[in-house]
Amino acid sequence: MTKANINKIVKSIVITGNGTNCEMEMAHACRLAGSDVVDIVHISELLHGEKRLDDYHFLNLPGGFLDGDDLGSAKAGANRILHATIRGTDEKLYDQMTRFIRDGKLILGVCNGFQLLVKLGLLPGFNGDYLTQTVTLSFNDSGRFEDRWVHLAVNPESPCIYTRGMKDIYLPVRHGEGKFIVRDPSVLARLHKEHRIVVQYSGADDGTPTMTYPANPNGAIDAIAGICNDTGRIFGLMPHPEAYLHRTNHPRWTREDLPEMGMGLIVFQNAVDFIRRQVI
Amino acid sequence: MAHRIEIGFKEGLRDALGAKIKRRINEHLHIPIADVKTVDVYTIDGSFSREELVKVAAGPLSDAVIQHYVIDGALADNFDWLIEVGFRPGVTDNVGKTAREAMELLLGRLPDRTFNVHTSRQYLLRGTLGRKEAERIAANLLANDLIERYEVVPRQDWDTGKGMPPFVPRVTGTEQIRTEEIDLDVDEEALSAISNERVLALTLEEMQILRDYLRDPAVREERKKVGLGARITDGELECLAQTWSEHCKHKIFNGVIIYDDGAGHTETINSLFKTCIKGSTQQIREKMGAKDWCLSVFVDNAGVIRFNENYSLVFKVETHNSPSALDPYGGALTGIVGVNRDPFGTGYGAKLIFNTDVFCFAPPDYVKALPKRILHPRRIYEGVREGVEHGGNKSGIPTINGCLVFDERYLGKPLVYCGTGGIMPATIQGKPTHTKEILPGDLIVMTGGRIGKDGIHGATFSSEELHEGSPVTAVQIGDPITQKKMTDFLLKARDLGLYRCITDNGAGGLSSSVGETAQLSGGCDLDLKCAPLKYPGLNPWEILISESQERMTLAIDPVRIDAFLGLAAKMDVEATVLGKYTDSGMFHVRYGNRTVAYLRMDFLHNGLPQMNLRARWSPRRREEPVFPPPANMGQALKQMLSRLNICSKESVIRQYDHEVQGGSVVKPLVGAMNDGPSDAAVIRPLLDTYEGIVVANGICPRYSDIDTYHMAACAIDEAIRNAIATGASLDHLAGLDNFCWCDPVQSEKTPDGEYKLAQLVRANMALFDYTIAYGVPCISGKDSMKNDYAIDNTKISIPPTLLFSVIGKIADVRQAVTMDAKRAGDIVYVLGETRNEMGASEWYALNGYVGNTCPKVDAEKAKKLYEALTKAIAKGLVASCHDCSDGGLGVALAETAFAGGLGMQIDLAKVPQEGIDRDDYLLFSESQSRFVATVSPDHQKEFEEILRGEDSNLSPFAFAAIGEITAASFLSLRGITGEILMRESIAELKASWQKTLSF
Repeated sequence: MTKANINKIVKSIVITGNGTNCEMEMAHACRLAGSDVVDIVHISELLHGEKRLDDYHFLNLPGGFLDGDDLGSAKAGANRILHATIRGTDEKLYDQMTRFIRDGKLILGVCNGFQLLVKLGLLPGFNGDYLTQTVTLSFNDSGRFEDRWVHLAVNPESPCIYTRGMKDIYLPVRHGEGKFIVRDPSVLARLHKEHRIVVQYSGADDGTPTMTYPANPNGAIDAIAGICNDTGRIFGLMPHPEAYLHRTNHPRWTREDLPEMGMGLIVFQNAVDFIRRQVI
Repeated sequence: MAHRIEIGFKEGLRDALGAKIKRRINEHLHIPIADVKTVDVYTIDGSFSREELVKVAAGPLSDAVIQHYVIDGALADNFDWLIEVGFRPGVTDNVGKTAREAMELLLGRLPDRTFNVHTSRQYLLRGTLGRKEAERIAANLLANDLIERYEVVPRQDWDTGKGMPPFVPRVTGTEQIRTEEIDLDVDEEALSAISNERVLALTLEEMQILRDYLRDPAVREERKKVGLGARITDGELECLAQTWSEHCKHKIFNGVIIYDDGAGHTETINSLFKTCIKGSTQQIREKMGAKDWCLSVFVDNAGVIRFNENYSLVFKVETHNSPSALDPYGGALTGIVGVNRDPFGTGYGAKLIFNTDVFCFAPPDYVKALPKRILHPRRIYEGVREGVEHGGNKSGIPTINGCLVFDERYLGKPLVYCGTGGIMPATIQGKPTHTKEILPGDLIVMTGGRIGKDGIHGATFSSEELHEGSPVTAVQIGDPITQKKMTDFLLKARDLGLYRCITDNGAGGLSSSVGETAQLSGGCDLDLKCAPLKYPGLNPWEILISESQERMTLAIDPVRIDAFLGLAAKMDVEATVLGKYTDSGMFHVRYGNRTVAYLRMDFLHNGLPQMNLRARWSPRRREEPVFPPPANMGQALKQMLSRLNICSKESVIRQYDHEVQGGSVVKPLVGAMNDGPSDAAVIRPLLDTYEGIVVANGICPRYSDIDTYHMAACAIDEAIRNAIATGASLDHLAGLDNFCWCDPVQSEKTPDGEYKLAQLVRANMALFDYTIAYGVPCISGKDSMKNDYAIDNTKISIPPTLLFSVIGKIADVRQAVTMDAKRAGDIVYVLGETRNEMGASEWYALNGYVGNTCPKVDAEKAKKLYEALTKAIAKGLVASCHDCSDGGLGVALAETAFAGGLGMQIDLAKVPQEGIDRDDYLLFSESQSRFVATVSPDHQKEFEEILRGEDSNLSPFAFAAIGEITAASFLSLRGITGEILMRESIAELKASWQKTLSF
């Protein structure tokens, strides 16, 4: 296919396999957002060289339990991406990912996908170092998995492409290991300074970040729910935007006047629009 | 040699697991403790260089931001007691397996290096504890002796330099593989002894049938040809015991019962299953005629109904009670991942779209002494909850609703009902998906997990009471990720048409999965030597009946086998050819060239004669309660709201993912603060249509104390009215019956067997009557008949329990209604009549009584009400609708109000009722088929017109406006005589409702 032919055709890939479980609704979100091609690709297809990340613009890493999160959330999954070789080549899947980033393409990691990005070292990815882990997501302070809806305050100064034009978002969290922790205070200072903190858990009314449970469901430091890289093209968050695509997903849709379209869909629309405008 | 890698949190970081354990030590065991820290231990059984171990420890095994590690040393210091808990040999170690795979990826696979990883966990306790307390913490909280081993080390015996020596839980005792032959030509006593010693759960009569089969000269002749003699092999005996077990064969439900109704009338029932359950479904389907949307009922692993033109729905509920009594976590985890395989292995295979779980426990605050081998109810509660959490969440299947039921009689065996629904295209490659086919010559293929000694005798063990000798091997631990990988693969294989037939390996393992599917071709030739094993040393009979988890059995056309195995290898799923299906008429099992079982298919499946049983009903009279109405009705309502069977279950619900897959519409918690109790779940299984599914449950075991006929009627009505309240329609609603009973076979062990069987008969009679009355057919079901505990002189039997679950279609999910009050000014209605039938109610229980008159269901009136309500909901006239169940009208009103964050002004004198002159009875009567609905004044006229019916001013059922929703947040009630009965703040009512299980 020539360059002219693929012009303006947005292609999204949603990776699944080994315990991922939100691939269906994430793919649905990409489709609703206007992505022309949306493929749910099993990781074995990538590792067998049948599919390549290079053929897509938008990489979606959905929620789930990679390898059961047995060694800590997404740890075994990160190990696979770093060390498994693509059949018939010397290339690792990680190599395709870094090339994807270099090409200015978009990566969204939700929940287990965010944990994966962090544990690979792709987020926050200071100074273009996408291999050193500086932050983590660990066990909720409550010590339990929780499914509950949370209010998120959006940082208007963040370079994040996905949250453009949004002030707040209401989404469910569904995790046991979502507490954001930094390696040392300098990491946190830099995240703040560079406006990499995209979304923070906040109270229902005032939009200010909170450390109070359950509005902050896991005890994340500075109420951090999601961060991005310096270009704003890699975004990871614990809450699930793909779980709120239609008003009937909202826990109070039977009692509130809500727009037909769910707030989570805007995250995907922003991504697809940006790709159409600036990536292709 | 073995190495130990220990991983712990860095200083100053919160150890959330440690904090949780500390809380549990305080709350469960009441032992004060200062601090608990945890250390994860990986014991690597293999040869590795220091450099390699560092790579592993620093890489996949630890998180450098928060953790540190030590190799072949110890992290533990600054503790008073150290407890290390690890698995016993052969117990599934999911984390160890993942660690091993990660190491292989990281270090590369070496052909001459085999190794294993075993995990254990250290708990470092600080506090002034003696050895006795430390041992109690280890035995009663941290470890389950059945599957885990532990060591308790005091500070003074600890040498940080040395640490803990590595311990490898290797399965040993790999003696010679052998097949035993057992002589059944022995006397009666010896026959019974064989059954008991081998946990076969076969009666003497059944043993005699086996003996007679082997005496047949024709049988002996055919056995000779395959090298077998006149004695039965261990494989044959075990396979027959599985296939003929109560668990697999439902002997009681299929038996001939002479039922004496205690009033001079006797009748003979030829199989409760055929007459009451299948019989009613058949009648309902005939009545539906061309509109019949049932596709496959009672013949497969789950029932199948039509969803729309292009898709079919699959639903099944199972129990996993006996294993959960012994190992709550493993038992319940296996329960949920096990029932997942039922819809998955139904027809051509369904994608799994929801779980629904119902647990019955003894009260978690139980304080009396525990009988032998029984775990504390709180421990069972936490273990079961967590097992189902891991099984459901990690499988990516939303747990869309469920409930908890409490009664002291669940102390001996808890009930763990796990249900799963699926969806599949109505046809794949032009063929209908709800049927099964196998041709002779098709290959037998097993996929997924490997076979170990876990789960041997699961089927026979659950066909008995829990006794002293209940086998430990009966317990398995499931691995949801192995299963998820397998289901991801098999759905692809399904859509490519790579297999002909699929079924699951559950109770009885291969002996059941292959034995049952072989009926489709007419025989099989199975080679157990091909089966992949977890470790060497399994005898053929063990391979045949092991219930090791995560396995499906498939029939594959030989021309497609390469494509199938290729896809499996690519997706990293083990798949192995174990033989082929034949039309030989024989169940032929080999181990290599040696035949280890050779049974006629017809004998295996039809050789068991019907059981003959007697049932005698005698209603029990209890003292009629006498107690004055409460002086403070507000206080009484709060007490009711706090009761275990009524209170909020939020703490459990939140730990289950109820939204994954993106189709969540009505969640288990609804209302202004997302914390009100919804009646039924609604989901959209296909994200590009508004067509949806409604799922609800009904269960009321307390009424069994009076009459199981009404218990069953109420369970059916409860499930249906929950669904109706949310927007379902009787036109497209199917049921599942799931009976959990105490042993109803008269014997020395069960002197009241005839009464218990009569209870079963009566429940089935109600099932027949009410499913027909409502036109809601059962499409599948299950029974578990031996829920007793008998050790020493203690016998505990569960109350007879029927879980009735329904699945229905809702044409447009945007019409669904939730239970929370919506707006001030809305009119509050009660739909349905309240009667003086307080027997076995929560109100009587609170006052220490059972009574004699339990609620009865008037299905004729109820059906008209349900149809009218469905119509009103579909027209968008109903703002909220909540069913009245445990705790009656009082509880339903309070829940409606506080879930909506609004108050209510109610005049109880307006409630349609019969025979009640006490406010407490009016508030807490549990009369069935009732709702609290709220309606905007704008819709009042139209709503009432629909309820009255078109042709008459007289409604075919009772209903009345009894008050209105108020902005002032108080629930205010006027009593029957018009005086003010109570005025309570909804915040306080809610607090009472929320506090009981908020741990």
